[in-house]
Amino acid sequence: MSAHADGAAHAEHHTHYTTTGLDNRKIAIWAFIGSECMLFASLIATYLIYKGKSLVGPYPHTEYIDAAGKVFKPILDIPVTSASTFVLLASSFAMVLALQAVQLKGVPLPSGAGWWTRAQRSSQLWLAVTAALGTTFLGFQAYEFTAFVNEGLTIKTNLFGSTFFTLTGFHGAHVTVGVLWLMSLLWVDRTRGLAGPGDELLVDITALYWHFVDVVWIAIFTLVYLIQ
Amino acid sequence: MAHESAHVDKHAAHAHPNGATYLKIFVILTLITVVEVWAYYIPALVASPLFNPSLIIMSAVKFAIVVMFYMHLKYDHKIFKMLFSGPLVIAMATIVALLFLFRQLSF
Amino acid sequence: MASIAHPTTAAHASAENENTGIWSWITTVDHKRIGTLYLWTALFFFLVGGFEATLIRTQLMKPNMGFVSAETYNQLFTMHGTTMVFLAVMPLSAAFFNYLIPLQIGARDVAFPRLNAFSYWVYLLGGIFITLPILFQVAPDGGWFGYAPLTTPRFSTGPNIDFWVLGLQILGISSLAAAFNFITTIVNLRAPGMSLMRMPMFTWMSFVVQFLIILAFPPITVALFFLLMDRFFGTNFYAIAAGADPLLWQHLFWVFGHPEVYILILPAFGLVSEVLPTFSKKPLFGYNVMVYSGIMIGFLGFGVWAHHMFAVGMGAVADSIFSLMTMLIAIPTGVKIFNWIATMWSGEVRFTVPMKFAIALIAMFTIGGISGVMHSSPPADLQQTDTYFVVAHFHYVLFGGSIMGIFAGIYFYYPKMTGRHLNETQGNWHFWLNFIGMNLTFFPMHFSGLMGMSRRIYTYDAGQGFDLFNMMATYGTYLLVVATAIFVWNFVRSHKHGEIAGNDPWGGATLEWSIPSPPPEYNFAQIPEVTSRYPLWDLKDPKMTAGIDHSHADAKVITDTHAVPVHEETQRHTAKELGIPMPLPTAKPLFVAFSMVVMFCGLLFLRIDMFAVALTVMLGGAAAMIAGLYLWLTSPLE
Repeated sequence: MSAHADGAAHAEHHTHYTTTGLDNRKIAIWAFIGSECMLFASLIATYLIYKGKSLVGPYPHTEYIDAAGKVFKPILDIPVTSASTFVLLASSFAMVLALQAVQLKGVPLPSGAGWWTRAQRSSQLWLAVTAALGTTFLGFQAYEFTAFVNEGLTIKTNLFGSTFFTLTGFHGAHVTVGVLWLMSLLWVDRTRGLAGPGDELLVDITALYWHFVDVVWIAIFTLVYLIQ
Repeated sequence: MAHESAHVDKHAAHAHPNGATYLKIFVILTLITVVEVWAYYIPALVASPLFNPSLIIMSAVKFAIVVMFYMHLKYDHKIFKMLFSGPLVIAMATIVALLFLFRQLSF
Repeated sequence: MASIAHPTTAAHASAENENTGIWSWITTVDHKRIGTLYLWTALFFFLVGGFEATLIRTQLMKPNMGFVSAETYNQLFTMHGTTMVFLAVMPLSAAFFNYLIPLQIGARDVAFPRLNAFSYWVYLLGGIFITLPILFQVAPDGGWFGYAPLTTPRFSTGPNIDFWVLGLQILGISSLAAAFNFITTIVNLRAPGMSLMRMPMFTWMSFVVQFLIILAFPPITVALFFLLMDRFFGTNFYAIAAGADPLLWQHLFWVFGHPEVYILILPAFGLVSEVLPTFSKKPLFGYNVMVYSGIMIGFLGFGVWAHHMFAVGMGAVADSIFSLMTMLIAIPTGVKIFNWIATMWSGEVRFTVPMKFAIALIAMFTIGGISGVMHSSPPADLQQTDTYFVVAHFHYVLFGGSIMGIFAGIYFYYPKMTGRHLNETQGNWHFWLNFIGMNLTFFPMHFSGLMGMSRRIYTYDAGQGFDLFNMMATYGTYLLVVATAIFVWNFVRSHKHGEIAGNDPWGGATLEWSIPSPPPEYNFAQIPEVTSRYPLWDLKDPKMTAGIDHSHADAKVITDTHAVPVHEETQRHTAKELGIPMPLPTAKPLFVAFSMVVMFCGLLFLRIDMFAVALTVMLGGAAAMIAGLYLWLTSPLE
């Protein structure tokens, strides 16, 4: 990786004419997000198709007593997941601020700006916060998965286990990719500084991906955790 | 096509919401989430036939807000709107059709 | 070196390309070279799939033949279908996407040249991955649509289906990556004046196909992932004993599978829509309607999947809805057929080989389309499901449609790709033998099917009325073998010995014919400004396009792009001489593709309980892939 190489790549994107005046990469990321809609639609549909069809527990929202008389409590932990949902929402907020900070590079601060206005100018801060919140979300997910396994729910236990772990696992994998992506950007920001239209675009497409992962969670939280 | 994109570029650069708007949106999203979780803990609400539809509507509102403002689709080029809304419609229709086919939904 | 002695000769072209060694092919990011790689590789797999078909037909020639065992037969029909769909027809279409889309829209390359190379390498490696097992008698054996629960570990204990699950997953990545690339290319790299409604019909149909790919492949990815989890990690997605629904796979598969049918046919529709106007010397009849019906087919294609499943008993309401949707989709398809016929009507028709293949598509696809409408009625479908009638139907649309269209495209564009014509006499032999062979092979299957012969059985008893029809079909297949052999000979030999073709051997209407054959690396020395749908006819024979819309592009766009009026480019230079920046050759896409395939291969070790090896290979592959991606993304494009 070299700042020079990246700079060259950006320069190239500015000299090339495009029909719509838009950057190729932004069109590609939106097409990718469109495709991801169908991916998560298939996963969510399968979860819903198998909802209530498990032959044995543990179940998400109801108690289950097995043949030996062992009692399994409803397994979903709504308080913990509500907290992790909040964390992911907050990460989206941090992400828009990161993009804004890059877009405002070079715009002079108004005199007498307060700490909030000044804090909003730090792209490194918000990229780091976004990545940290994403990592926290993954931590919650790791905690949740471990707790479920300890309570007797694995991917092999029943249809709920198979579909639940696969759907939320797919989402978690997307968050992981997003965190790696954010950390790469943070690294670029620290080594050579993110500024200018090329870098705005880079942060913009990262943000689009990140927010998309967030909206998928908004759907999952309702359809998997809250609806009964 | 070209003059229209130039127009959008300018638009995108200047009409973006600022930090305060983003904060307001974040507060709204949080509030909706609080209402959703609160409803989950009221047995009378959970038992109501309106529970699932109202939760789905709330989550759809959150979904739309994030897409329109955080993903700034509201302010962006119509190509992006089409690239997202077309697949989204097909995806949602597929979910609904599958739920009917597997009798998880019925007329 | 690029002295301009004989600007349009093929000999000159090869002398000019100093980089023709194997390394130049491995590192190429030129869309034309990648298109050529797709073409050769896909033709190779077409021969493999055809060889498998020949073995199948030999086994079925007479009742109770013992030419191959039942197990081998299962592998043969599975791999025949899988190969033809994923390794032959789709990549043959991809060859044309790669070669033609940038040329037709007046661009110098695709939007992401390195991603394009990546797509090809993933396809090649995935194709090898899924094809090799048949040499060891462990090829996939669950049919090309691999119905679960049949393919779950409970009923399929060997490694056969593992290769299928992983192989298809790999191939899906190739198609998806390519689709994002082409969508971006078509949206963003059109020459000034090339509005959407001026794009050549092949580019239009390709555009629709890319959307079908990005929306249809995710469901199969998910379905395959579930199967992978069931097979390797003991999940319950398709485990009936755990309460799973036996229809889940079928629904997810066909949500993909039906759009896939249009992914296979629309590029061929696009190709004949280029061939027919050229050899009729008339603009395409009803261009707008052709575009709309293409979009309509693509859109409705997502609402008809369950017509593959009438026999499972979905209930009257579901059956009626899917039946109705299926009948609806016949309308835009029929519109296309009539528009092609109207294009030829009162035209100056020249019966060249590509034209014959194009006309054959219209006729044969119509037969396949009509038997398709027959299936759309559930009561009729119950009689036809899983019989040879269905086999006849989809071979009329895929062989009679897709393959005929692709051959039309190959004969039509071979001169553009190589600078030389295919031999016309041999082409005629190929066409007629192919045409007769195809009908002899597949038409009798309608009858054996209606008489009750099931597909996928490895043999049958005498005296059921199947004997004659099977004998005919087998001889038809042998004719197809002869026809294909003539084609291969012609294809290979003409590379060196074909008649030299100029820029525009057929009198084409679109931009690809305005540049030398084969095109120079930079495609267009000067980007043309397009003022109508038929830029080259505007230039050469304005009378032909007098009746269609003309208008100039925005003045600023023309200045920005240094575009010049549509013109013929006869001189050959190098990009360096012209100062056109070209993407640098690189092997990184191949490296990333290879690491990714290694990562997938790791899973296979779980099958033999080598957990540590599996983990090492998978993590090693993933690490190499990520490292490769970083190197790729941080190195300059040009």
